[in-house]
Amino acid sequence: MKLKTYKRAFIHTLPVMAGYIVLGLGFGILLRVAGFGALWALCMSVFIYAGSMQYVGVSLLSGGASLLTVAVTTVMVQARHLFYGISLIDRYRGTGIKKLYLMHALTDETYSLVTGTHLPDFADEKTYYFAVSLLNHLYWITGCLLGSLAGAVLPFSSEGVDFAMTALFVTIFVEQWLTEKEHRPALVGVGCTLLCLLVFGSENFLIPAMALILLALALLRAPIEKKEEKSRG
Amino acid sequence: MDKTLHAILAIVIMAAVTFLLRMLPFVIFGKKQTPAFIGYLGKYLPYAIMGMLVIYCLKGVAPLVFPHGLPELIAILTVVLLHIWRRNTLLSILGGTVVYMLLVQLVF
Repeated sequence: MKLKTYKRAFIHTLPVMAGYIVLGLGFGILLRVAGFGALWALCMSVFIYAGSMQYVGVSLLSGGASLLTVAVTTVMVQARHLFYGISLIDRYRGTGIKKLYLMHALTDETYSLVTGTHLPDFADEKTYYFAVSLLNHLYWITGCLLGSLAGAVLPFSSEGVDFAMTALFVTIFVEQWLTEKEHRPALVGVGCTLLCLLVFGSENFLIPAMALILLALALLRAPIEKKEEKSRG
Repeated sequence: MDKTLHAILAIVIMAAVTFLLRMLPFVIFGKKQTPAFIGYLGKYLPYAIMGMLVIYCLKGVAPLVFPHGLPELIAILTVVLLHIWRRNTLLSILGGTVVYMLLVQLVF
């Protein structure tokens, strides 16, 4: 049944493929312009494997930023990843040595697929998690390499295709809204982030937004769990 | 410092810090029984994070200047309506993306 699970994972990851290839292309082109060729693009996409961080990384590399700056910037840009593991501790339990890879490959998109999709009965969930992680990683590597090698000569205008990523998150948001009766966490996520975007601007809003979300969820814990108990009877 | 060496070290640091951030929750809470508060967060955080990521994707939209975020708004409405109508993830994403591409390439 492994093959069937991989097939399902492939279908679920198609939108990520579209988004990653396009974003990867952009990264590969930028990195080449900054003076670093395909081998660098390959290493960064394999070992860092993070969209926004690699974009920031291009300017860190070409600007010769101090290594301390590199470390601090990485913490700032990637802090949201601290969130992701929290909801996957139980899902990823008992995956053995593969867990190291599952943790490494935990991007925004992989996170949303792993937490947001309903698996059909035949699928083995641990295999599915691994398949989604691996496929997404391969799309990303492919995109970065393509951008580095052939970026300048695209046959058609792909402008706007990266919206696939936004559409993926919106779709999962709607799906969760339709299946879960408790809407407050979803509203907290949108509301806190929007508020912080307005207050702190588009460069610095993510970390305050995460702090605010944690605070709001902590405050809502009692009422949410009370409602949960009630609905269980 | 030599430019190549600097680049290698910088990449190692970016990779290591990123991995550390991704691994930390598993290391801190993974060993024993998950604390009740973390269990609660684990259950409800995904809903909040998905909302956060949607806004994060839209951070570059400027509603005060042309085209006032209209392509994004129309495309997102398309995704939402398609998804409520058919509950087919691929259709919703594909439909929204095609609408968005047509809007930014041909209309706005």
